[in-house]
Amino acid sequence: MNIDSIQNGIVIDHIRAGGAMELYRLLKLGKLDCPVAIIKNAPSGKMGKKDIIKIDSVSAIDMNLDVLGFVDPDATINVIKDGKLVGKKHAGLPERIENVLKCRNPRCITSVEPDLPQVFQLANRDTKTYRCIYCEAKAELIK
Amino acid sequence: MKHLIDIRDLTQEEIVSLLDLADDIVANPDAYREKCHYKKLATLFFEPSTRTRLSFEAAMYELGGQVLGFSEAASSSASKGESVSDTIRVVGCYADIIAMRHPKEGAPMVGAMHSTVPIINAGDGGHNHPTQTLTDLMTIRREKGRLDNFTIGFCGDLKFGRTVHSLIAALSRCENVHFVLISPDELKLPSYIKKDVLQEQGLPYVQTTDLTAVMPELDVLYMTRVQRERFFNEEDYLRLKDSYILTPEKLMNAKSDLSILHPLPRVNEIDTAIDADPRACYFRQALNGKYVRMALILKLLEEAQHEH
Repeated sequence: MNIDSIQNGIVIDHIRAGGAMELYRLLKLGKLDCPVAIIKNAPSGKMGKKDIIKIDSVSAIDMNLDVLGFVDPDATINVIKDGKLVGKKHAGLPERIENVLKCRNPRCITSVEPDLPQVFQLANRDTKTYRCIYCEAKAELIK
Repeated sequence: MKHLIDIRDLTQEEIVSLLDLADDIVANPDAYREKCHYKKLATLFFEPSTRTRLSFEAAMYELGGQVLGFSEAASSSASKGESVSDTIRVVGCYADIIAMRHPKEGAPMVGAMHSTVPIINAGDGGHNHPTQTLTDLMTIRREKGRLDNFTIGFCGDLKFGRTVHSLIAALSRCENVHFVLISPDELKLPSYIKKDVLQEQGLPYVQTTDLTAVMPELDVLYMTRVQRERFFNEEDYLRLKDSYILTPEKLMNAKSDLSILHPLPRVNEIDTAIDADPRACYFRQALNGKYVRMALILKLLEEAQHEH
C-alpha cells in the first residue's frame, strides 16, 4: 500500500497498533480540511505492528500534541518541511494537558461550568497519572 | 499565602505560624478585638453548613469586623446561572476577604483564579476542607502538646470523608505519625491517597475493620460521620451508617490520655455518655475552629495588605 509522502506537516509514527483512531479523535483531526492519512497495523521491526498518522499541512507543525504524551508516550513526531525531515522527537509526558480531555467526575465544578478550561496536571510520572487541577480526579480516556 | 484552597498549599512553617497565632488569640483575646475593624468577610455558602459558617462569622466578629453573604445557593445569583468566577469578581468589590463553600469540587479554586481578595475554601464537595484540618491540627497540638510521635486512628467513612483526607495529607509531613485506618470495606480510604500520600512517603499505616482491637494503640481517635449526602444510594447509606459507633465499653482498653476528635455534626457515632469523659475533645475542637479561623483571616488580610 502506498501513501504519498507529505511536503509540509507532521508524521506521528510508532503509535501503538490500534491507537490511531483514538488519537484522531483526541487531536480533533476530523476538523482539519487538509489531507490526513491514518495507516493502521503497518509492519514495524521494533513493535511488530504500529499505526501512523500523516498530516499534510504547514499548520500541523504547530499543533498542540500534548495529549499524545498521555495516550502514547512512545510515539514519535516527525516534522516535515519542503518534503524533508527537519525534526524528530518523542511525545514524552507533558506537565499539563489543556482542553483535550474532559474531567469525568460528576462532582467537579467543570461538570456545571462548561466554559472553564479543562486542565490536567501530571501527578505521577512513573504511573503516568494526570489529575484534574480542580477536583484531582484521575484523567481517563473515554472508551 | 494569598488564598487557602488546599491544606497542601501551606508549608509546615505557615501551619505552625497559624497555630501559634491561634494559641496567642486564645491566651490574649483582648489584643485582637479590633484587628479587623472596618473589614468585611463575605461568607458565600452555595451549600448549607451552619457550623462552619457560624464559626467564620464568629471569628470575624471577634476580630471587630463585619460579615455579609448568603447561606444557600437559592438565595444567591448562582440560582440564576451566574458562574463562580463572576460571583467572586462581584463580591470582591464589596468584601475584603471571602469564605466560600460550594457543592462542586474545585469551585473555590476557580474563585481564587479570578479573585482580587483572599479566598478561603470552606469546603468543596467531598474534596477539601482546609480550615477543618487547621482546626484538627490545632486541637491535636493543644491536647497532645505536639504534632509528632503519636498514633492516630481514623474511624468511619474514610472514603468520602474529606476531613480525613486533608488531615492525613497534613500529618504526613509530621515526624513519626502512625496511621490506623478503621472502616468497613465499602468505606475504605481511597487507594490513591494510600498510594500517593502514605506509600509514596513510606509512612506506616494499618488498615482494619475492627475498632476495638486497635483501640489500645491509639493516642488520637478521629471519628467521622457516615454522611447521607455522599451516597448515591439510600440503601447503602442505611446499611453502613451505624457500622462504627463509639461507646464507653469500646473505650475500656483505650489509653488514659487518648484524645477523641470528631469534625461534627455527630449523629450517633459517638455515644453521648462519652461527652463527659475528659478524653472527648470534640467540643473543644469546635471552639478551636473559631480561633484558627481568626488566625487565618488575620494572616490572609495581612498578606493582602502587603501586596497592595
